[in-house]
Amino acid sequence: MANQDFPLIFELSQESRTGFSLPSMDVPEIDVDEQIGNAYVRKSEPDLPEVDELQIMRHYTALSKRNHGVDSGFYPLGSCTMKYNPKVNEDIARLTGFSHVHPYQPTESVQGALELMYDLQVSLEEITGLDTVTLQPAAGAHGEWTGLMMIRAYHEANGDYNRTKVIVPDSAHGTNPASATVAGFEAVTVKSDERGLVDLEDLKRVVDEQTAALMLTNPNTLGLFEQDIEEMASIIHEAGGKLYYDGANLNAILGYARPGDMGFDVVHLNLHKTFTGPHGGGGPGSGPVGVTAELEPYLPKPILRKENDMYMFDNDRPQSIGRVKPYYGNFGINVRAYTYIRTMGPEGLKKVSEYAVINANYMMRRLQKEYELPFDHHCKHEFILSGKRQKKLGVRTLDIAKRLLDFGYHPPTIYFPINVEEALMIEPTETESKETLDAFVDAMIQIAEEAKHDPEKVQEAPHTTIVSRMDETQAARKPVLRYQA
Amino acid sequence: MEFRYLPMTETDKKEMLKTIGVQSSDELFSDIPESVRFKGELNIKQPTSEFELTKELTKMSEKNVSLKSHSSFLGAGVYDHYIPSIVDHVISRSEFYTAYTPYQPEISQGELQAIFEFQTMICELTGMDVANSSMYDGGTALAEAVNLSAGQTRKKKVLVSKAIHPESLAVIYTYVKGPGVEVVEIDHKDGMTDLDQLERELDEDTASVVMQYPNFFGQIEPLDQVRSIVDKQKKTMLIASSNPLSLGYLTPPGEFGADIVVGDAQVFGIPAQFGGPHCGYFATTKKLMRKVPGRLVGQTVDEEGRRGFVLTLQAREQHIRRDKATSNICSNQALNALASSVAMSSLGKQGIKKMAKMNIQKTAYLKQKVQEAGLSVAYDGAFFNEIVVQLPGDVSEVNRRLLDKGFIGGYDLGQVDDRLTGHMLIACTEIRTKEEIDQFVKELGDLQHG
Repeated sequence: MANQDFPLIFELSQESRTGFSLPSMDVPEIDVDEQIGNAYVRKSEPDLPEVDELQIMRHYTALSKRNHGVDSGFYPLGSCTMKYNPKVNEDIARLTGFSHVHPYQPTESVQGALELMYDLQVSLEEITGLDTVTLQPAAGAHGEWTGLMMIRAYHEANGDYNRTKVIVPDSAHGTNPASATVAGFEAVTVKSDERGLVDLEDLKRVVDEQTAALMLTNPNTLGLFEQDIEEMASIIHEAGGKLYYDGANLNAILGYARPGDMGFDVVHLNLHKTFTGPHGGGGPGSGPVGVTAELEPYLPKPILRKENDMYMFDNDRPQSIGRVKPYYGNFGINVRAYTYIRTMGPEGLKKVSEYAVINANYMMRRLQKEYELPFDHHCKHEFILSGKRQKKLGVRTLDIAKRLLDFGYHPPTIYFPINVEEALMIEPTETESKETLDAFVDAMIQIAEEAKHDPEKVQEAPHTTIVSRMDETQAARKPVLRYQA
Repeated sequence: MEFRYLPMTETDKKEMLKTIGVQSSDELFSDIPESVRFKGELNIKQPTSEFELTKELTKMSEKNVSLKSHSSFLGAGVYDHYIPSIVDHVISRSEFYTAYTPYQPEISQGELQAIFEFQTMICELTGMDVANSSMYDGGTALAEAVNLSAGQTRKKKVLVSKAIHPESLAVIYTYVKGPGVEVVEIDHKDGMTDLDQLERELDEDTASVVMQYPNFFGQIEPLDQVRSIVDKQKKTMLIASSNPLSLGYLTPPGEFGADIVVGDAQVFGIPAQFGGPHCGYFATTKKLMRKVPGRLVGQTVDEEGRRGFVLTLQAREQHIRRDKATSNICSNQALNALASSVAMSSLGKQGIKKMAKMNIQKTAYLKQKVQEAGLSVAYDGAFFNEIVVQLPGDVSEVNRRLLDKGFIGGYDLGQVDDRLTGHMLIACTEIRTKEEIDQFVKELGDLQHG
């Protein structure tokens, strides 16, 4: 470790220092080594740090200060819906009766937990316009795979074993083709047209009797509503395929449109995005899946039922795809999402989408003078800029992102979607004030000016962060993935 | 109605719509065809104030029996352990919990370093070279390990011990449908995997052998013997699922030559939460480093030569490799990995050993008491913190009566295996007192006679 390096917790360790407080050993001692058998007794101790409680607290407090969250500042990371995480959600999730409950307790002793899950399912069914929702999947990608496995089971139940292809747009999230592969399908790409929407002609070209499903985000990752959705639905349905909705962008249409009404058969939601379960530095999320009645028999088991005012799990599901996760999903995140939905109600949720869309359009219009706008029509909750003009001046999108760090912002998503050159994907969310949006836009405009007059300032950014740009090549070429003394 | 998470005022809205060049926000939604537009109001409950909602949901939560209101002897994959107070204080730092995946290393060193430390701790406990930043849970981590083994060895059969967690087994069955891997179950005998059957079933088509150590019945499987059997097929991998707390005292699977070790770090600082979110871990050898699912954090330097951390080997991942990725996982359980890191740091080298040992000792005491009460302990092998007790009556009925006495009883094994009807899997962790154990066993005995 160099002097200027921030220490790892292992480097703070001192032999025999302790940070624990174990309950008393109030039963007679036995010879544990004899009980276990010598071959199975660990010979050398795991090298965990030996640190006291204050050291631990200072260490992690210092680490937290080396991290940017939504509470630290604006975080317009496109497609990730980095909105405010309400504090009451955290309080409710920590209530003893929710946080310290075992999944295998007798059903009559967990009626409160089941009631919450049931009520959340019903709310999500209404919000998506689908018939039945399962809360079992742990995150968005997990939900995608779950939904595709159900589509697969549906086709197989019809004796249709040749539907091996899943169509995904070129603008799709990387998880879409990856989930298709994991579910045993081949991913086929459909092109976007000059409007930034799925090219209907190309869709007709790639659809055939092998099509199992089309996966779609609507609005898509360019922030544009797929206006031809009904025609797309009939193309897919007429070919015998199913329509899958990636709910990553649901924040744009709450109370305005529902996937079920657009003809989607399967939907996954990202409760950690639209419904404020926090992102946690990368998770945990929650990825419920909703389906039409036709696909209901294939839902992962168990499903939750209500009978005579009692809630219970039903495992008698012969056509189910099986389990996708032990227990019943990320309940703690579901509690947060439920708290949020109850806080907002129908009026609040509709306002969420209205304001998210106004915020995005406002920023887009203010920025389009300085940055290339590849798709010049109203966007939904997010929009795409291209750094093409700046690139000609030698300033890449990566540089613009790094320069934004100097202003205290988390940069937008960059180089995604992959069908836009030097893409910047900006999603402000509804929880940001006009002042915040204006300040960010001003910074972006200043950076565009710098690109013209002082490009080095942008190219060499960031200037104010605790570390500068990292050598990612070294990290990948000579991987050091753990500390070694 | 006021909405405290929505800062837009009417004045803001007017100005913004003017800048956009529209009269009303409805124009911004005009691209949604009329025919699919949602009319009217969503039929969900009306908005509720913070005070009223807290009151209502608190009441709802109180309908549940909790691990605080009752003393629990229920484990079966989810355990009631001592959680240091400091854990929740650290993970409540909102710089951690309101951030996302650390894509921008300059402003995410905190998260990146915390994950790097987590990876190191998991390597230390499991005896493996490499660990990732977390998986959803132990069950899905195991299923991903199975698929990895099939991909790596290009073989399509896995031998899975029936003494693993039944829900992990169920998850494996769902996950293998994609790549088309065949699962052959290896039965258990006397609470341990039948090694004779394992040896018979192992052949050149076997991608991997899947064991749980300690197994679902709490018994410590002889991984050394399993390894010798697995070694008869050159390419076959050994996959172990392990409760990481047990590895504070037990020889880690890495020392027995495991190729992949997975499990759930819920035992370190994560409450039961009705089954999730918990924290899967995934550890493996250097050889398989580039096949690992999910995020990996690596050490590097910045332009000034300062140590720093980045997400690395991303060519494995879905956002780069798309349909060729090693897994579709994107979001993981980062915040829970942080909770586990804090708990592991608190325990440290000495504490983890002590805590693991105390689990064995208290369970040994429980076993002795159960036998003294005239109840039959089903298996006599070495155990960690669970034992199987044979009851004369229906386990779920016993559990109902225990509930009235202030206890959460053990897991009814009859629901997953007909041969084990009337068998209860009982867990005893370091936080159960002698008094609670005595009382619990007394109630069990009384129920038997009554």
